[in-house]
Amino acid sequence: MLEAFPTQALLGGVLIGISAALLLAFNGRIAGISGILYNLLFNPLSSSERNWRMAFLIGLIAGGYLMLPVEFELRQGYSPILLIISGLAVGIGTRIGNGCTSGHGVCGIGLMAGRSIAATLTFMATGIITVTVLRHFIG
Amino acid sequence: MQRIIIALLSGLIFGAGLVISEMVNPVKVQDFLDLFGNWDPSLAFVMGGAVAVTLVSSRFIMKRKAPLFAERFYMAVKTSVDKRLFLGASLFGIGWGLSGYCPGPGILSAMINPTEAMVFLPALLVGGWIGQRFSA
Repeated sequence: MLEAFPTQALLGGVLIGISAALLLAFNGRIAGISGILYNLLFNPLSSSERNWRMAFLIGLIAGGYLMLPVEFELRQGYSPILLIISGLAVGIGTRIGNGCTSGHGVCGIGLMAGRSIAATLTFMATGIITVTVLRHFIG
Repeated sequence: MQRIIIALLSGLIFGAGLVISEMVNPVKVQDFLDLFGNWDPSLAFVMGGAVAVTLVSSRFIMKRKAPLFAERFYMAVKTSVDKRLFLGASLFGIGWGLSGYCPGPGILSAMINPTEAMVFLPALLVGGWIGQRFSA
């Protein structure tokens, strides 16, 4: 793989875009992973509302599995405290902000939704600030 | 049944895309967010590639009155940019930066790095549940 040009990143991104386009064109649904997950777990749903979400998540896991093993070196010994705070913040944040990288960043921006553009700029900014502080001021 | 197959297929392609693009590598995600350090710009191509496809395809798709296998488009109910959105997105970005996991890669980490997933995923679900309390 050429190191100068991130072919895999671009290919993977195009696949994610196709996945979102497919779900919207055929089912009229947004491929937002946090929304799909939380609706499934926390909201009472009719069987048809539940089934497509389960199918999507099963597909997600299967699709990832088919592409394993990954080439990168696994991170080891990362702070469990950071992982817990991170999980809580991602969970609370994506629930009250109604979306994550997929729902706002990929689908919402594609639909040129003002909320999604605002959300994406915001989480990119706080993500950059967080890594900067974590790596260069604390770490 | 048609809708289930589409959802399954969509999920499959999404999951494959997350692994191929290396979005599932939290170190690479943090390198991408490390704009003022040793910045790795490659993940911008993931977002760029995905958004290029959705920007173009959404224009054509939304010209139709309804999707092919459903009676209507299920769009977000909220359209206003409000404080909750900024608060939520800010918190999400902080969490994303702290570990390098957003929800999709977080779910896949159960297969890739179970040691981290065992800690991150329960916290994600508890967080989602807490967020739900505040949303209700």
